[in-house]
Amino acid sequence: MEELQTIQNTAFDEIDKTTSLLSLDDVRVQYLGKKGVISAQMKTLGAMPADDRPVAGARINRVRDAVTIALDEKRKQLEAAVELSSLEREAIDVTAPGRKSHVAGLHPVTRTLNRLNRLFSSLGYEVATGPEIEDDWHNFEALNIPSHHPARAMHDTFYFQDGRVLRTHTSPVQIRTMMTQEPPIRILAPGRVYRCDHDLTHTPMFHQIEGLVVDRDISFADLKGTIVTFLNRFFEADLEVRFRPSYFPFTEPSAEVDVQCVMCKGAGCRVCSNTGWLEVMGCGMVHPKVFEHTGMDTSVFTGFAFGMGVERLAMLRYGVGDLRLFFENDLQFLNQFHG
Amino acid sequence: MKISISWLRSLCPTDISVDETISRLTMAGLEVDGMEPASTDFHGIVVGEILAVSPHPKADKLHVCNVDDGSQTVQIVCGAANVRVGLKVPLAKVGGQVASGVEIKQSEIRGIESNGMLCGADELGLSSEQTGLMELPEDVPAGTDFADTLGLPDTIIEVDLTPNRGDCLSVTGLARELSVLTETVFREVLILPVASETDTQVHVTLSAKSGCPSYVGRVIHGVDVSRPTPLWMSERLRRSGIRSIDAVVDITNYVMLELGQPMHAFDLLQLKGGIEVRFSRVGESIRLLDGKELILSDDVLVIADQERALALAGIMGGEFSGISEETTSVFLESAYFNPLTIAGKARRFGLHTDASARFERGVDWRLSEHACERATRLMLDICGGKPGPVVVTQDEESLPAVTEVILTERRISQQLRITLAPERVHNILSSLGFGVERIEKGYRCVVPSWRFDISIEQDLIEELARIYGYNNLPTSLPAQALSMASVPEAITRVSRLKSYLVDQGIQEAITYSFVDPAVQKILGDGHPGVSLANPIASNMSEMRRSLLPGLVEAVRYNVNRQASSIRLFETGQCFVECNGGLDQSERLGIALYGQSTALHFSGSRGIDFFDLKGFIDELSMMNGGVSLQWEPGAHPSMAPGQTACIRKGGLVLGVVGRLHPRLSRELDLPKPLYLADLALSSLTEGQVTAFKEISRYPRVNRDLAILVSEAVEWQAVLDVIIEVGDRRIGEVELFDIYRGPGVANGYKSLALSIKIQDLEATLEDVAVQVLVDEVVSRLQSRLGAELRS
Repeated sequence: MEELQTIQNTAFDEIDKTTSLLSLDDVRVQYLGKKGVISAQMKTLGAMPADDRPVAGARINRVRDAVTIALDEKRKQLEAAVELSSLEREAIDVTAPGRKSHVAGLHPVTRTLNRLNRLFSSLGYEVATGPEIEDDWHNFEALNIPSHHPARAMHDTFYFQDGRVLRTHTSPVQIRTMMTQEPPIRILAPGRVYRCDHDLTHTPMFHQIEGLVVDRDISFADLKGTIVTFLNRFFEADLEVRFRPSYFPFTEPSAEVDVQCVMCKGAGCRVCSNTGWLEVMGCGMVHPKVFEHTGMDTSVFTGFAFGMGVERLAMLRYGVGDLRLFFENDLQFLNQFHG
Repeated sequence: MKISISWLRSLCPTDISVDETISRLTMAGLEVDGMEPASTDFHGIVVGEILAVSPHPKADKLHVCNVDDGSQTVQIVCGAANVRVGLKVPLAKVGGQVASGVEIKQSEIRGIESNGMLCGADELGLSSEQTGLMELPEDVPAGTDFADTLGLPDTIIEVDLTPNRGDCLSVTGLARELSVLTETVFREVLILPVASETDTQVHVTLSAKSGCPSYVGRVIHGVDVSRPTPLWMSERLRRSGIRSIDAVVDITNYVMLELGQPMHAFDLLQLKGGIEVRFSRVGESIRLLDGKELILSDDVLVIADQERALALAGIMGGEFSGISEETTSVFLESAYFNPLTIAGKARRFGLHTDASARFERGVDWRLSEHACERATRLMLDICGGKPGPVVVTQDEESLPAVTEVILTERRISQQLRITLAPERVHNILSSLGFGVERIEKGYRCVVPSWRFDISIEQDLIEELARIYGYNNLPTSLPAQALSMASVPEAITRVSRLKSYLVDQGIQEAITYSFVDPAVQKILGDGHPGVSLANPIASNMSEMRRSLLPGLVEAVRYNVNRQASSIRLFETGQCFVECNGGLDQSERLGIALYGQSTALHFSGSRGIDFFDLKGFIDELSMMNGGVSLQWEPGAHPSMAPGQTACIRKGGLVLGVVGRLHPRLSRELDLPKPLYLADLALSSLTEGQVTAFKEISRYPRVNRDLAILVSEAVEWQAVLDVIIEVGDRRIGEVELFDIYRGPGVANGYKSLALSIKIQDLEATLEDVAVQVLVDEVVSRLQSRLGAELRS
């Protein structure tokens, strides 16, 4: 009796002192194994009177169960400790950098063009494109710029031996569209254009985007409304917009558009040469000569067109001070226009 | 064009401020893009009269002067050469300040007291040249404030005119506009005919009538060229940025600025016989006023005498017939030259003159005679002389026609969305110089002879809008019928392809479309590009045939700036001559250099061919696009054995490969550079998904290792497996290529994984084995492959 109690106490003691799963198993074998201490106790039952056996057997079973439970608990404890220490070894520095594909970015010109496309496509404009090596007729003649027109001097044109030119504006796309589509026409023509000019504020290639709307009853008021709305949406600010009479051979009336300086909000700064205004685009009502060249019926249809420099808009939008950065492709510049 | 506000106001006496004047002109389409004060800040300067001059006792070059300053006589030491008794000059009094900001103090100059300073024009900021004391008109009383004498302060404005508004290249033109804009009276210069006093005339022959339909000439004898240009005139010229030359030339310039008529003065004695206005002869030469010698072709209008071409009509006079100090008789020319004849000629010779700027845009063809009278009057007043008769030689038929334009009320309201009262329309147009007659529902308008830019109704609409004010006009958005755009799903948008590349860490670049021919030669396919006739620089003279030259340059640019991983793409038109035509279709270029992934502590590796191939395959298969065919390829600029030609269907799409190590070395690129150049359009061909039934039964993966000769390409293995034609075979992946111990030289071991799945039943092991055996046996018979154990 007392012997059983001692066995249990000793077992508990030994289990308690165990520090590894391996030695715990030794303890288990020592007590619960076939030749173990508790099994030995079981064997003593045979020598007992039959009446005492159930009680004594139950006692031994209780001790065996208690030891089993103690072993199980100890094993779980030890296993948890083992896992913990292995996790401790596997601990990572969560502040170390993750693996990234390092998402790059679109060129700021493309980014700006994409925004322009989205703004105008919400008004039903569709994108149209055309070749960059153009013939004289599409780039000049059809746009009411005959060969000796003084306006040709405004375009420093790149020529090829065969008389073709690098388009000096995206306006030839207007011509190509009007010759192939019936009104209503609402197009946006983005693309590269070329002028033979290279200095601090001019690159020989840049981007323009041109809009053309032809329909019945299109008015100058429609043009003004479109431009004012566009500029406010583009700069995401409530800016004043003003229209100045100007001259383009392919529009009449023609206007130059100034927007309140986006940097100083009209107070005057270096960007706007202290005028408070920024010249951002040209526009006007499609000249009847242009309609004539494209076979459009001027008695039925009127239209407006507008065009702007994309780099200029991007410079104002993102505060870029040097046009040349756009074509150096320095990753330090490009990477700033992320994703 | 520069013009002073005071001159402008002399013809349009408005009292609005200078700022307001600038704003009104600008907002009417006559953009003022500069303004500056007409003089620097000086004060305390009066008109002084030199009463006595005596030599300085201690200095040869100095004089001691007694000068009347209007209230007293002061003693002043002066070093100017032109100092003389009776001269009126600007006198800076003690306490006054000259242009440099120096304050004049009482001083002693080499022992002699000096109470002020006699000034030259340069010291007052009125000239950049040192020409001694500024000589003032004799009739200005001593003591008069000098600034008042010159009409100072004054403001100079610079008007940047659009090419259609040649009529505003004069004070008269601008004043006319300003008077309409400010509703101020327009005071035209009063010009009266000057009666002739001699009969001398020069016979003029118009041999190029369309180029010069009208030529007005006049002889003036006995002209004294040495007479000084009056101060008021030289000041107005100065404020317009024109240097005073001599009185005769100054007068022609003055009339040009005042009225807009460029004029020319010949030395009559240098003319041999009559004047002929004709086209130049091939090879004919002319020496211009600026000393430049030109050889002409047969299309330049010249003013000639019987011997030679004397002047480039409407552009510049010649050296031999110009006004000199010896000139005593002048032949004045005031002509109308056709803008189309003059246009482009000045530029051809690298000239840009005040005359050509005006004639190119159109000079009022009714102005010649008028201007001639004006110049005569000024000439007689300033230089004296006896005028001959005004001789007008004209070909009426070649003169511009008087233009009439009908303006309808309907057009005004349709275009501008306003209704203008007939009086208002009449008022605006007639004050601009139009003849206006009311007709039913509109107006018949006669265009003034100075407006070359008005020929159709829309031109008149612009005039009304301009004067009404663009910003006062109403604003709306176009009313448009709703329509729904088409959204073709089978076309992959280029923006989607770009987004993919950007998300893979490939940055978009934009490079010039013209490249260095030398670079294109080494990076190209052996064919030269289309050359520009007038490139901006020799390294930007050839149109790109692919995107590679630009991208390689961009990579180099960044390598030189210590970038370790450079991944760039560009899309854009390339220009390839083929079959006599020019292909300008869009291409996609990709350049990968350096690290495959950014450096990471867990390890990273360099870019290789298969990074690039993976990107391209994914682009191609995006949105249901079909896969590309990759075959070993060759390209002069790429490494043999690491170059692929890509096809889709039968069409060659482009080339992908590693830049030849030789070129990498030449271009200072220490690491391998992988490049792709592809036609963009075929990457945008996708297809709308057609759903295929999915299998509900388990899938089996079988891995095989086969031994094949080095010459066997993976594509061949794949083709054989596809050839088996069993639709239970799904994806086949290559997961290892092994060479080394256990594999004989000249062979490689390919480890592949085949996915097998049946749509209608669970696959039995036996069935799978039969299928795999079939695959293996095909590989054996077709490619000599052996199964590795």
